[in-house]
Amino acid sequence: MTPWLLNIVQALLLISLAPLSAAVLKKMKARLQNRRGPGLLQSYRDLGKLFGKEPILPEGASWIFRLAPYIIFAATALACAIVPVLLVQTPLSAAADVITLVGLFALARFFTALGAMDIGTAFGGMGASREMTFSALAEPAMLMGVFVVSMAAESTNLSTMIHTMLNGHFGLRPSLAFALAALLLVAIAETGRIPVDNPSTHLELTMVHEAMILEYSGRYLALIEWANQMKLLLFMTLLLNLFCPWGIAEEKTAPALLFAAELLAFKSVFLLGLLALLETWMAKMRIFRLPEYLGTAFLIAILGMLTHYILEGTA
Amino acid sequence: MISHEFLKQLTSLAAALFLLTAFAILAQRHMRALLGWFAIQGILLAATSALVAFAAASPELYISALLALLLKGFLMPWLLWRIVVHLGVNREVEPLINIFPTLLIAAVLVLFAYYISLPIQKTSALMTRNTIAIGLACVLIGMLIMITRRKAVTQVVGYLAMENALFFTATAATHGMPLVVEIGIAFDVLIAALIFGLFFFQIRKTFDSLDLSHLERK
Repeated sequence: MTPWLLNIVQALLLISLAPLSAAVLKKMKARLQNRRGPGLLQSYRDLGKLFGKEPILPEGASWIFRLAPYIIFAATALACAIVPVLLVQTPLSAAADVITLVGLFALARFFTALGAMDIGTAFGGMGASREMTFSALAEPAMLMGVFVVSMAAESTNLSTMIHTMLNGHFGLRPSLAFALAALLLVAIAETGRIPVDNPSTHLELTMVHEAMILEYSGRYLALIEWANQMKLLLFMTLLLNLFCPWGIAEEKTAPALLFAAELLAFKSVFLLGLLALLETWMAKMRIFRLPEYLGTAFLIAILGMLTHYILEGTA
Repeated sequence: MISHEFLKQLTSLAAALFLLTAFAILAQRHMRALLGWFAIQGILLAATSALVAFAAASPELYISALLALLLKGFLMPWLLWRIVVHLGVNREVEPLINIFPTLLIAAVLVLFAYYISLPIQKTSALMTRNTIAIGLACVLIGMLIMITRRKAVTQVVGYLAMENALFFTATAATHGMPLVVEIGIAFDVLIAALIFGLFFFQIRKTFDSLDLSHLERK
């Protein structure tokens, strides 16, 4: 097996399983709320239906509005391709820099906001302004959290970071716990889950992400929805592989890869279960409380940085 | 036998958690959560003392750990909570500056504490020397709580958090003070908490509020 092929398979796996992970989450949430919930293939059916429908463009939509979904999808898919999933070292892993990854997410977000503002509806503009406000707070927190891990690994490359986490013999490192806490908070905000944003809301006034894609339909909507599901899976893979990488394959053998896949699936389901519990247990936060929530994430990341220097420095 | 390295890491972990509780106390808006975190800090303090007692093989530190657990982990938060319920001040903590800027100031204070404790760390050969900076930072954060809060109860929690941090620094930096001194301090603080309680009632009786800015106008 050539490494390039493996890399492509790995990316395609992430992209194709993204709707399934969203469906699993939905099912778990439904079960926790004593409902039966839609079947596990429902997300695929929804996407198929949307792809088959004729997209309706709002009046005054320019080429930006039509281009945005493709860029959002492409940026997220590219992010899927560079993140180490099953294998630590892949041909594209040289590009798997944390800063690149944050940049790709920022690109997708920028175009979501542009597409929302392009048609000039009130809700699009409102959603875009909210999203940008929160991302201005979430991005530094995410970078700061990741930097704590990079300082421990002495690299911002994801593959190197995972490799160091696997073989570093860190023992107890409080700074990493702080980084994990900060990144979890940011991940919830970035993927737009409760308590930050409700992905299944129908109330326009409380929407953040949904308000921006209100005018999309047909295949455009399908692409954006799919990209969103990918983002959720991507964040989970990233967190799992960074903080709990045990089981990820270091050599390219079939049994090792299979074992890595099984273990990652198990870990993802566990994390999805936690997320479902959290979403059932908590209500959506007031929108004016969100800066404080993201500020807390930033602060925890800074605490991680400080403890890294003070307690784990050159002692 | 637990290795030296592992004990060091455990102490670091305790110090990091201690710093976290200091920040948490600073960040709380409600009296109940505030006192909850204060209690957690007390319990953590006791755990650290026990850890240092084990690491340094000094059994008298276990007694001070037990004292910390009983007094700071349970008795004092409970006393303060009873006073809060009795006075009916279980509402929002009123900060002078918004919570988030205060937290940023606290982060800067940690850096400052780290900077000024660098020379001390160089001269110390103890296993726990890294924790001096954290202890000092927590003392400063306790002071910050006292400065930025308007109500008497929160200021007292700030004072007690400061005392906790001092105790933490003493335990971590010097493997504890003589037992007599520690018992003395522990009971002093307990009595202080009781006297604070009396003060709360007097302040409220005179001004109909626990807002300390009333004291300044005379």
